[in-house]
Amino acid sequence: MSDHATTSMTGGDHAVDIDKHVRIYITVFVALMVLTIVTVAVSRFHLPVPIAVTVALIVAIIKGSLVACYFMHLISEKKLIYAVLAVTAFFFVALMVLPVVTVHDGFWIH
Amino acid sequence: MSDSGTVVTHPSHGAHEVHHEELGFWRKYVFSTDHKVIGIQYAVTGLLFLLFGFSLMMLMRWNLAYPGAALPWLGAILGEARMPGGTMLPEFYNELGAMHGTIMVFLGVVPLAVGGFGNFVLPLQIGAPDMAFPKINMLSYWCLFLGGITMLASFVIPAGGAAQSGWTSYVPLSDIAGAGQTWWLVGMVFLITSSLLGALNFITTTIQLRAKGLTFLRFPFFVWAQFVTAFLLLLAFPPLEGAAVMQLMDRVAGTSFFLPSGLVVSGQPLTNAGGGNPLLWQHLFWFLAHPEVYVLILPGMGIVAEIIANNTRKPLWGYRSMVYSLIFLGFMSFIVWAHHMFMTGMGTAMAAFFQTTTMIISIPSVVILTALIISLWGGSIRFNTPMLFALAFLPMFGIGGLTGLPLGLNITDIPLHDTYYVIAHFHYVVAPGTIFALLAGVYYWYPKATGRMMNETLGKIHFAGSLVCMNIIFMPMFIVGMAGVSRRLADGGASYDFAQPVLHWNVVSSWGAWTLALFQLPFIFNFFWSIWKGEKVGDNPWQATTIEWSAPSPPPHGNFIGAPAAYRGPYEYSVPGAPKDFWPQYEA
Amino acid sequence: MDIPYTVEIRRDTGLTNGKIGIWLFLASEVMLFGALFASYILIRTGAPSWPRGDTMLDVPLATLNTIVLISSSVTMVMAWASLMRGRFGTFRIYMGGTILLGFVFLIVKYFEYSAHFHEGALPHTNNFLAIYYTLTGLHGLHVFGGMVVNAYFWGPGAKLWKTNPTWFTNRVEHSGLFWHFVDLVWIFLFPTLYLL
Repeated sequence: MSDHATTSMTGGDHAVDIDKHVRIYITVFVALMVLTIVTVAVSRFHLPVPIAVTVALIVAIIKGSLVACYFMHLISEKKLIYAVLAVTAFFFVALMVLPVVTVHDGFWIH
Repeated sequence: MSDSGTVVTHPSHGAHEVHHEELGFWRKYVFSTDHKVIGIQYAVTGLLFLLFGFSLMMLMRWNLAYPGAALPWLGAILGEARMPGGTMLPEFYNELGAMHGTIMVFLGVVPLAVGGFGNFVLPLQIGAPDMAFPKINMLSYWCLFLGGITMLASFVIPAGGAAQSGWTSYVPLSDIAGAGQTWWLVGMVFLITSSLLGALNFITTTIQLRAKGLTFLRFPFFVWAQFVTAFLLLLAFPPLEGAAVMQLMDRVAGTSFFLPSGLVVSGQPLTNAGGGNPLLWQHLFWFLAHPEVYVLILPGMGIVAEIIANNTRKPLWGYRSMVYSLIFLGFMSFIVWAHHMFMTGMGTAMAAFFQTTTMIISIPSVVILTALIISLWGGSIRFNTPMLFALAFLPMFGIGGLTGLPLGLNITDIPLHDTYYVIAHFHYVVAPGTIFALLAGVYYWYPKATGRMMNETLGKIHFAGSLVCMNIIFMPMFIVGMAGVSRRLADGGASYDFAQPVLHWNVVSSWGAWTLALFQLPFIFNFFWSIWKGEKVGDNPWQATTIEWSAPSPPPHGNFIGAPAAYRGPYEYSVPGAPKDFWPQYEA
Repeated sequence: MDIPYTVEIRRDTGLTNGKIGIWLFLASEVMLFGALFASYILIRTGAPSWPRGDTMLDVPLATLNTIVLISSSVTMVMAWASLMRGRFGTFRIYMGGTILLGFVFLIVKYFEYSAHFHEGALPHTNNFLAIYYTLTGLHGLHVFGGMVVNAYFWGPGAKLWKTNPTWFTNRVEHSGLFWHFVDLVWIFLFPTLYLL
């Protein structure tokens, strides 16, 4: 009986591909470290809030995408998973945007 | 050595089952991982809570019909804290009201419709041996159970009784309410967890464990309904869980997420930090609660669709339109929620946005209802009990749906908001709507679960009485609401001059409710009596076409002897030239 | 009985049940944290003033924690990769490292919270702190939960490797997905609370 995961059963990668993946993991790790330093460094400039928020969000989205695409293997996932996440993303945005826009569109209640 | 899971159950399944060690009573009937046992657990729990929630309402209806009148015998039982001298305190009325809503929605309808029917029927209808995650399935039931216990326990805690701030738990009232509200919040966390676990199980099972040949567009409509409902539960519930955590923080840790600055309670200013926003609670609550109403109706539509196809001996008309409408409806349900908040001071732009999405969402509902009605045309209708309930669902849901339109338009919502009109609207959809569909489902699938039929005569009495009483209760509420009587008034509007001309309708509704209770007795009796004395039947007493009817009644552990497959669509009734008037999906 | 596609993939979807299940669960978690982020947005935009993160919180300590958590994500994915290569011993080391780094994260948070409590910065003090404690508290609970599951696969659950290595590898992968998600939430939490 084989003592390692039979690749065809997971529909995943062959042992050779794993080596490639490991190299990617290390690269992504370095990128994440750099971006962490960048985001902290930028925050020290105390930019005006809207700009600070935009920059911080962009950096976070890049970092998040790296984790999602490479550590979570989203970049090579199946269509079904993409569909579920796309729907989720849409509702997530609705939840972020609609309440604050609705409250601001009326009287501001303190 | 590891067989890595062969794809299907094999013909020697009976033998395979025998050499598993025989499970003890507790593992077989209580802590079971079999979807059928779990489904029955959910269904019985749901039915019991429906009865309990109904009882709370019957009590409320006393005060609504005869405000301030004493019921000494009840006062003796419930005590001076709630009914001093047998007269209902308004605080007690509020307790009853908040818990009636909470229990009916979260402990009654959803566990029965989704946990009960979904769990029992779905794997059978798609030809699966069980759910994808049987242990998680069991866990989800016990989370529901714990949630139910928590909610019930809140009635008997010493400090102030159960939650009293409406099922909507609006802040700031709920933030400063008695201890029962904290129990409500904890109970909700259990219930939400139960639903989340169930939802991911349903979705995975439907996608992965469907039989060979069962493509998505060959699914029975019931399967589609449960599938879309599961997505609503999965994605809409978590924000309420987040909100519940924040309300718990406000109540227990003294935060001010929802408490605005400068709040004064009973003449004393609050010492909290302030700066919170009550509207935040409303947004997060309704983000869930709007999709929740579709969770309440969709399984019912699924059940009605199955029963109509079966008892007209015809395919459903417009199956594809119904499926696409279902998907569109599920999607839209996430972006209409603030039509529950038109009166909170939002500006015209956002009011127009939510009004528009709300009007758009009425379209798929109408498509589904219309398709179901057209499906009757030219049918050879069999008027058995499940079909009677399914037929009644159609106009009752129609009334409920149509009366929702003035509420979804922000101008007409102004006079109708928070009046009895709203209560009438949503009860029509849920009570003679969904609950009729669920009762239809009980009569329909009872023989599959037990191997026996329920008694038809008792069923017809149950049906006729329930239909008449439901309308006696809720139709007058439109009149009362349009006269301007608010909901949640312990005396039903008696202390207002403008309400005087319509108050007599409260008496009518109350007697309707008490009579409705009497007409449930034949059902309760029938449900238990038929287990022992009902007419014994085989696999397919309804001559139905869907896969669950190929399993034995009741099905064994693993469901099927041999792997089922689907060879055609779900509703091949009255196929020209065929030997019988139905051609089952599972017959080669 | 055997539930199909627990270990091997279903051909038309290309997925196992567990893979779908964990992603569905993560979708629900996105909505859960989404509600709290939406609350943050609503409360902050409605507040007359809002303190900048670094005036209320310890940025260097949190930066350290960010590095710790990201590193634990790397060790987590390396743990899974080791199993894919059949190296159980290496898996044990990397998984152990992941759990250890999780511990470090929680210990740092403990010190952070203690310092705040000591100076009277409590959840009820103001809304900044209220949302800070709620968001990081819920996140911390998720870190703890993930550690419990990882510890199970490091310890008692590891015997599945001997009987069904594919299934074991898949389950570690799924646990890893949860762990990466927890890291992902922190990637957004950290700048939101500490830097803005």
